[in-house]
Parts: sequence; C-alpha cells; structure tokens
Amino acid sequence: MALDSIQLIELYRKMRLIRRFEERVVELVNRDEIPGVTHEYVGQEAVATGVCVALRPDDVITSTHRGHGHILAKGGDPRRMMAELMGKATGYNRGRGGSMHIADLSLGIYGANGIVGAGAPIACGAALAAKLARSDRVAVSFFGDGGMNQGVVHEALNLAAIWTLPVVFVCENNGYAISAPISQMAKVERLAERAAGYGMPGVAVDGMDVLAVHAAASQAVERARTGAGPTLLECRTYRFVGHFTAEKARGIKYRSDEEVARWRERDPLLTYPQWLRQQGIADPARVEAEVEALLDEAVAFARQSPFPEAEEALDGMYAVSYPGLPARGW
Amino acid sequence: MAVMTYREALNLALREEMHRDPRVFLIGEEIGLYDGAYKVTQGLLKEFGERRVVDTPICESGFTGVAVGAAMLGLRPVVEMMTFNFSILALDQIVNSAAKLYYMSGGQYSVPMVIRGPGGPAHQLAAQHSQSMEVYFYHVPGLKVVRPSTPRDAKGLLKSAIRDDNPVIFIEAETLYGIKGEVPDDPEFTIPLGKAEIRREGTDVTVFAYMGMMYRALEVAEELAKEGISCEVVDPRTLRPMDIETMIGSVRKTHRAVVVEAGAGFAGMGSEIAAFVTENAFDDLDAPVERITGANAPMPYAKNLEQAKTPSKEKIIATIRRVCSA
Ligand SMILES: Cc1ncc(C[n+]2csc(CCOP(=O)(O)OP(=O)(O)O)c2C)c(N)n1
Ligand SMILES: [Mg+2]
Repeated sequence: MALDSIQLIELYRKMRLIRRFEERVVELVNRDEIPGVTHEYVGQEAVATGVCVALRPDDVITSTHRGHGHILAKGGDPRRMMAELMGKATGYNRGRGGSMHIADLSLGIYGANGIVGAGAPIACGAALAAKLARSDRVAVSFFGDGGMNQGVVHEALNLAAIWTLPVVFVCENNGYAISAPISQMAKVERLAERAAGYGMPGVAVDGMDVLAVHAAASQAVERARTGAGPTLLECRTYRFVGHFTAEKARGIKYRSDEEVARWRERDPLLTYPQWLRQQGIADPARVEAEVEALLDEAVAFARQSPFPEAEEALDGMYAVSYPGLPARGW
Repeated sequence: MAVMTYREALNLALREEMHRDPRVFLIGEEIGLYDGAYKVTQGLLKEFGERRVVDTPICESGFTGVAVGAAMLGLRPVVEMMTFNFSILALDQIVNSAAKLYYMSGGQYSVPMVIRGPGGPAHQLAAQHSQSMEVYFYHVPGLKVVRPSTPRDAKGLLKSAIRDDNPVIFIEAETLYGIKGEVPDDPEFTIPLGKAEIRREGTDVTVFAYMGMMYRALEVAEELAKEGISCEVVDPRTLRPMDIETMIGSVRKTHRAVVVEAGAGFAGMGSEIAAFVTENAFDDLDAPVERITGANAPMPYAKNLEQAKTPSKEKIIATIRRVCSA
C-alpha cells in the first residue's frame, strides 16, 4: 500500500506527537504533577506509528507498561491521556488507572497493561471474537523483547497459529528488559525466528524506519484480515531514555554512552522529517507547531480538570447485570 | 547492634546465609547485574558470582518452578519477585508444587525455598502494582507466610526463612525499604517463624497490625493515650503459622481486639484473626472484634481515591473509641 503525501505527513505528526508528549510528561513528572511511574516511549515512535497507521479505526490493539506511544498512534486523545496521568476525573480511566492502564474501547485500545506479556492472549481473544462474528477486524499485540520470554506470550502465539486468528504480534525489540540485555536472555539472534516454531511467518524489520515498519505491518495486517492467520513482527528499536522516568535521576547505568549515541543518530524524529523536506512533501515546522498547540491544550485541560470525588472510590466495582444488585465494593 | 535500613538488613541476611550455607543461591529478575530493582541484592553478584546469583528472563512461572526443582535436589533457593504482584504468574508452581510436594510425596522430598520481594500498597502505582498478596498464600497448607515490619525483623526472619525446610513466602514492603532501625550484627541472630511481637504494651484494647499499618497503629496508640485509652499493639510478623499464645494472651489481658489491615477486607487477615480470637477467647471479650481494612475495591490511581481505599488514622481512632466504649 503506497502512502500519499497526506499519510506521509500523518506519520510525522504522530511520531512528533508521541515524542513531545513524552517530553512534556517528563517535565510534569519532575514538577510532581504526574505521580506514580511512567515509562517513556522515546526512541520507539516509528514502531507504534508505522503499525497503527496500517490499522483501521475499528481494529484492536493491546499495549504494555510503555503504552503512551501505542495509544497516541491509535488515535488516543492527548487531553484525556494527560488528565489520566495526573489522576483527574476527566482522564480516560476517570483517574483510576494512571499511565499503565489507559484504555479507550471506542478506538480499539484495549488497554495499556502493567503485567509484562498480559496483553498477548487478550489480543487473541479480540481476534477470536472478530472471527466468530465474521468481521474482518484485526488485533495487534504489542510487547517487548522482555515480554517475548514470558510463557503466556508463547501460549498466545500457539493459539493464534492453530486457530488462524487475525492477530499481528509486534515484538518491540529495544535490546533491553529494564537492564537485562536480550542477547543474554535469548539464544536466537532474531526473535522473529521463533515464529517458525509455531508455524507462522516471522518478519524482522528496522524499527527506526517508519516506512519500513509501515510496509511490513501492512502486509501482516492484510494477511490477518484476509484470513491467512497471524504474523510475528520483530521491530528492532531502542529506547533513548531510562526504563522509567525517574531512572535518570537515580544515575542507574547499564548501557554505554556510545551505544545510546549510535542509536540516537538513527532517531526517526531526525531522519524522517529530513526526508520529508528533501522530497518536498512537507514543511515539518508546520506539523511541529500544530503538535505543540495540541499539547499545550492537553496540559491545560488536564491541569484545569478536577480530581475524582473521593466517595467514588468504591463505585463501579461490578457491572450491573440486574437492577438492585450492588455495583459498589462493600 | 548497628543502625541500618530495612533494605540493608535484608541484604545482610542474604549475605550471611550465603556465607553460612553453600546451598543457598538467589534467582530472579534484575537481581545480579542491576543489583535488584529495589537494590536488596546489591553487591551480591560481585561477592558470590554467577553460580549463586542468577539473573533470569521475565518468566516468573519458569524461574519459580526451577527453584522448586533445585530445592528438591537439596539446594536452598531464594527467589526474588520483583514485586509480589508478579507472583500471581507463578502461583501454580508455588501452590501446586512447592506447597504440596512434601506432603504428597509422603515426605520423600521437602522444598526448602524462600520467595521474597516487596508487596502491598506503594505510592500511586494503581491496581496491578499495589496488592496485598499475603492473602493469596496463607490460605495454602504447606506454605509459611511472613510479613516483617522492622529492619530487625527483616533480618532475623529472613534468616529463619532461609534455614526453614519448607517453602516460605516472605513479603517485604517497598514503602519500608528506607526505614532505619537497630539490627543485631551477630550472624547467629535469628527470629523464629511463628512468633508475634508486642510493639507497645497496653491494657484497654489489642490492636493487631503489620507493616505500614503497624506504624499507623502505633501513631494512633500515641494519640489515644492522651484521652486515656491504652492500646496494646501486636504485630503477628508470621501470618502462617500464627502465634496463638501471644495474640490470644494479649486479648485475654485487654478484653478487646481490633485488626488493622491495608488489603481488601473480605476474607482477609482480619477475618482470620477475628475468627481465631472469637474461637479462643470468646469469654474474655467485652466487645466484638472489629476490622478496619482496605476497601473492597482494586487500588485506584488518583491520590485521593488511593487514600479513600486505605484505612485512615481517623477511621482507626473512631473504631477503637467505639470498641472501647462498648
Ligand atoms: C509479569 C511481570 N514481571 C515483571 C514486571 C516488571 N517489569 C516491568 S517492565 C519490565 C521490563 C519489560 O521489558 P520489555 O518487555 O523488553 O519492554 P520494555 O520495557 O523494553 O519496553 C519488567 C521486568 C512486570 N511488570 N510484570
Ligand atoms: Mg525491551
């Protein structure tokens, strides 16, 4: 699927939005306006963007602890995300979830998830439901190289294969699970090779190249949509920052400066807008100004929003199946 | 005696036991090169090498099962759960294997292992990362369950847990790692499992509490003393087996009991203690046993919701006043 210039600009807009969203988050964390723990998606923008632009609005994704990028790429509203991070009543989860649990079912975002690997079978479930309903919706499961070693991910891969489910497994191999290098935690050079063991195609792609990710994801999505079954897509990428936002302040170190610098040279937020300009497709500065305005608004919206009412803490514990039965915790 | 943090006390216990017994080894995520997500295993890889400090991939079920097998062969694994929330993924290995093998095999093999790591509420980490996991474990015959509230207990109880011939669930708290206290530096200092500790003596009411809630109960006791209510604060320390003698002994003296518990109250520790006190000391009670527990909802994220879910000082005070006026 060739991308037209509007779509090519859209790729940049999304990547820029993710990068700047995360940079704003760091500022707000440092000002104690965002509590809890946040894991930034900085460096990996091309993966979420390339994959989600290959999806339809009614397709489903499941995300991870490092979910902001996936959610924004799938169309998440930065205002409601920012409000959720601040624990506000207007947030996606009404202040109940925070960074690791943002969800928007109307956009097919079946949730960030604080448990490594937990999203993979959930994506299979969404895919199974789509298949049973004879719809052609597709589900994407994002997980990391660390997640790739979790048992439940392997169960999910096998289920998707034997039931020919319309799933795309996107393994974002950023080289590390916290500090653990994947080279020591897996015996195969390419995690995509593992797909063969389940009888599905495994594709490795440069996760710093948004066009390459988009092309590979489009193929996998097409395969899923036409009933040919799942694909494991390994995107080689890198996070430019710490595992979580506060890591920097604690001076924790497990990667060499040279390694980080080498990957930063391939920063899609540098290379891609350069390419756009060279091709005469767009002036990136315009996109950047739009993104900034959007984020100004998001932060202002979140700041102005009220906190939830404390009395609400127990509301909505159960879905109300029958009138009269309690929905509250007790 | 030395003054050290709770974290340092745990580290010292691990180091001493590793020196004492070559069968002891550590296994878990990020415990070696990274020195532990919460730095409890700091320096141990350097000191003992890769044979005894084993970094694993993210696979809780797998490495816990590996520890069970190693324990059956005679080693003494100490498994770290990065946080106890992730032990849910290993529940099968813990409940179906570790807890039962000794009994089911007719005593052919025991499973001397410790599973340790932080649990309970922290600071706005939301529902999946704030769970009081002890309740999942103390229901299971074959497991021992420890919740150490002070640096001294952390050291003494962890050493006993490692020396115990049974699987021991040892749940620390992220919010306590930084607290300081006096800790005996004698390498033979241990605290036996199954012994409660009276943290403050009193005459009017026994308040059972552990971990963060124990400290809150002590604050409450201080305040209530001003209005003439004398609280005895009892920390069970080991939740299974419970120390019947000390706990019931205290209630026999005060004739009243309340339990403060951070986790959701339904079928929680308070339920067990209340039943236990009622069965053993009914005739001594001047009032029904009351529970002040976390609300029966998952832990919400927003600070004010988190507070609403957690037993407040005000609520504890009001409950104790009510119990004492009965
Ligand atoms: C089941 C489980 N175990 C451990 C953790 C703690 N943890 C959070 S993120 C993480 C590393 C994940 O690495 P990876 O899957 O590569 O994702 P990345 O952080 O690199 O995006 C770990 C161990 C967790 N959240 N869930
Ligand atoms: Mg990773």
